[in-house]
This record gives sequence, C-alpha cells and structure tokens, in this order.
Amino acid sequence: MNVKDSREFFISKKFDNYFFNLYKAFQFILRFFKEVFKPPYEFKEIIRQCFEVGYKSLPLITLTGFVTGLVFTKQSRPSLAEFGASSWLPSLVAIAIIRALAPLVTALIAAGKVGSNIGAELGSMKVTEQIDAMEVSAVNPFKFLVVSRVVATTLMIPMLMCYTAAVAMLGAYLNVHQNEATSFISFFQQAFEKISFLDIFSSFIKSIVFGFTIGIVGCYKGYNATQGTEGVGKAANASVVVSMFLVFIEEILIVQITNSIR
Amino acid sequence: MENELYSMNNKELMISIRDLYKSFGDNHVLQGVNLDVHKRENVVVLGRSGTGKSVLIKIICGLLKPDSGTVNVLGKEVDQLNDRELRELRLKVGFSFQSSALYDSMTVRENLAFPLVRNSRDMTQQEVTHAIESVLENVGLSQTIDQVPSELSGGQRKRIGIARTLILNPEIMLYDEPTAGLDPITSIEINKLINLVREKFNTTSIVITHDLTCAKATGDSIAMMIDGKFLKQGTFEELFNTQDERIQNFYNYNFINQK
Repeated sequence: MNVKDSREFFISKKFDNYFFNLYKAFQFILRFFKEVFKPPYEFKEIIRQCFEVGYKSLPLITLTGFVTGLVFTKQSRPSLAEFGASSWLPSLVAIAIIRALAPLVTALIAAGKVGSNIGAELGSMKVTEQIDAMEVSAVNPFKFLVVSRVVATTLMIPMLMCYTAAVAMLGAYLNVHQNEATSFISFFQQAFEKISFLDIFSSFIKSIVFGFTIGIVGCYKGYNATQGTEGVGKAANASVVVSMFLVFIEEILIVQITNSIR
Repeated sequence: MENELYSMNNKELMISIRDLYKSFGDNHVLQGVNLDVHKRENVVVLGRSGTGKSVLIKIICGLLKPDSGTVNVLGKEVDQLNDRELRELRLKVGFSFQSSALYDSMTVRENLAFPLVRNSRDMTQQEVTHAIESVLENVGLSQTIDQVPSELSGGQRKRIGIARTLILNPEIMLYDEPTAGLDPITSIEINKLINLVREKFNTTSIVITHDLTCAKATGDSIAMMIDGKFLKQGTFEELFNTQDERIQNFYNYNFINQK
C-alpha cells in the first residue's frame, strides 16, 4: 500500500511519507544484496559500467587530485615555516591526503559526475518505459541496471581514490621540490614515515562505502523517478545531493571508528 | 477452474478478466472490467485518454497489480504467480509500448538481442543473428539493423518495438496505442503489420487505441471503455449501431467533426 493512497495517517502525511520512503530505500538495498549473488551474472554490463565510472572519470579526477595536492602543500607551508617545521611538510601532506582528502575528493567528484549520470540515465529509462519494457520481456531490469552500476561504483571508487592519492602526492612533491629541492625518493620516504597500515586500510574501506552509497543512491533515485522529464532532472539532482550528504555522514562515522581503534 | 476457463466454448480462451478493479488514490480507473479473448482473436479496447485502457493491459502482463478481480492469462491467475512463473508467462506475452520504449543506448541489433540472449542462453551467436535478421525482415526494416533509436522515425520505432517482442515468439500481443502520434499513411502500415503479425505468428492480441481507423482495421471485436468499464462490445458495425450518446459522440468526433 502506498501511503499517498491512504486518507488516514499515522502521524501526518509528510512524516508517514518520509518513513515510507525510508522503508522503500531499505527494501531497495536489501534487494540489491539478494540479487548481487544470484546467477545469471551480467559480467559484460559490469565491465562496461566499470569503464564508464572509472576510465571516463580519469581526466577530472587527475586535475582535481593534482590541484588539491599542490594547493594544500602551498597553503600549509607558511604555517609550518612559522614554527620552523617545513621539513614536516611531506608527512603532513601525506597524512591529510591519504586519511581524508583523497577518499573525500574522489567521492565528491564521483557523486557529481557518476551519481548524477546514473540518476539521469535510469530516470529517463523509467519515464520512457524502458525499464517496464525489460520487465515484460522477462528480463530482470534490477540485475541489469542496478546491480551492475552499484558493483561498478563499489569497485571503481576505491581504485580512483588510490589514483587521486597518487596524483595529489605528485602535486605535493612538485611544490616541495620547487621550494626545497627535495628529491623524489626522500620526499616519499618522509611522506610515508607517518603513514600506518590503518590509514590506508580505513581510506580503502571508506572508499568502498562511498562507492556503494553513490551507486545505490543514484540507482534508487533514477529507478523511482516519476513525472516525466521533470522527474529525470529531480532524480539527477537528488542523486548528487543525497549521496554527498551521506558521504559526509559516513566520513564522520568512519573517522570516529578509526580514531577509537588507533 | 483454470482448465475449464482455458478450453471454454471449444475455442481456447487465452485471456479472461472478471470484475477487475484498480484505483490510484481517489482516481478509480477500472471499475468492474470483464473481458474474454479467444485464440487468434484481435480485441480492440477503445476509449478516451485516461479511461484506464493502458492500466488494463499493464495488469494483464503483471506490471500493475489489481485491487480486486481476477486476470487469467493462458490458464494462469496473473496476480497469484511468483517471480519465476511470471517471467515464464511474460515470455508468451508480448507488449508493444506507446512510446516504443526502445533502449536508447543500444543499436537495433542490440535491442532485439537483449531479451533473446537473456532468455535463451544456449543460443549460438549465429542463431541470434539469424533470429534478429528474420524478425527485422518480417517488420520490413532489415536496413536499420545497426542504427540507434534516435536515428529512426516514429513509425520505424514502433515497428522495431513490435519486432523486439516478436523475437520471443509470443502467443499473445498487447499493443498500447500503436498508431498514436503517427501520420495516417504510417498508421495504415502499422495496422497492416498488426494483422500480419497475427497471420504469421498466430498471435492473439489486445489493441489499446482511441483511433477508430486502427480499431476498424485490426479488431475482430471492439470493446468500448467508458468510466472504467466496458459499455458495449461487438464488431465495429455492432458497436456504433447504437443510440448511446457517449458511443455516438466518440464516433462523430473521430469521423465527422475532425474533417
């Protein structure tokens, strides 16, 4: 039963619809976990989606990662120099990039580029009855459209995060090299001195969670789009806004958990 | 009960609908629909936009669930089927959408291969290609095989949409507004195609339309839907040989007032 169909509400129409939508979202996530392990598998589509999510995001991720590393190093130098601690710059930058900046920057870029793309694509397929067409031709649209995209984002965002971290470190190295003439090897030796396994592991886990969130939110919003072309725009917009919001919440939670372990 | 329905009147009963009700909130779309469709029969459901015609065929193929009533397709109660049974039934029921619903990101070849390779996993690549070429030839669009939907005209899209359902060899075809948005010449071609499909593929069809030319050309029997239920059913001549003002108005607006 849809809450909108009912005349009587448990609390109020707004609250009831909110909880009903929350319930629907959990059902959607549950369905993903049921379908993901069930054959037949759409390997070809998963690979195609990995290419779309991963390879096609590289130019934007390269630029953003490089600028982040370069600018962060440039801005941090005066403060450290004030305390005569410029030599700490490589380790400071590495900690910032690996622990926080790389996963977060990658997730925010992916939410904007990949999340909106998924929301708009599935939304337009929904309003033009392409999803219904798959269903009536005895094909499981959820497996083909949702599972493949969520698997792709969950696999590719951690890889993109590693790439972002590498490019950002390169940006940081160029700035340090320009100012202090530090060699490539000694920069990275200093940088990784303070990095522990937990830092890398937690960032990787964070990226997996972010990737899953971006994929599932985009798919959920697109798959449930209504009201024609207006609905497609709303689905794309909501995919970005909701996934960014959830990424920040997850970032806070994972940082708290990691710090309690450290 | 199921078998009894299936072989009633010595003519196989393919679809049987009894006391079907469906509402969306306060909008009561279907209000007690009854319909029988026999083997190789083309039944046209005629009515104004928004009267629930499309909802009816979406319930028949299990895309929507009815509020009450029974929908028996090929001897099976549609709303009682589990996912696997519903998938099996859908292989026998083709659905041609009003908007054609071709997959934008795929070529015509990929559109046609999509349901086929997923439902017949043991087919070789050669067999798939042969099936695609054969069904395209049947709808007269062999030359479009490597085009994408955006390069096709409205009529071509409709034909490819029909071809995509025919590739699974359905026993029943459901056409949702097959001539909507098409010019009169293309509409006539689509009407001919609907009749050709019945001849070549031995299908039973329900055609949803508000186009009287289409109804006359394709329907053995025409059911007039007004206010969520069938007001009258019969041949084209029987249907419009009536004093009922609502049916007369529908005829007049199509054939007289528009001229």
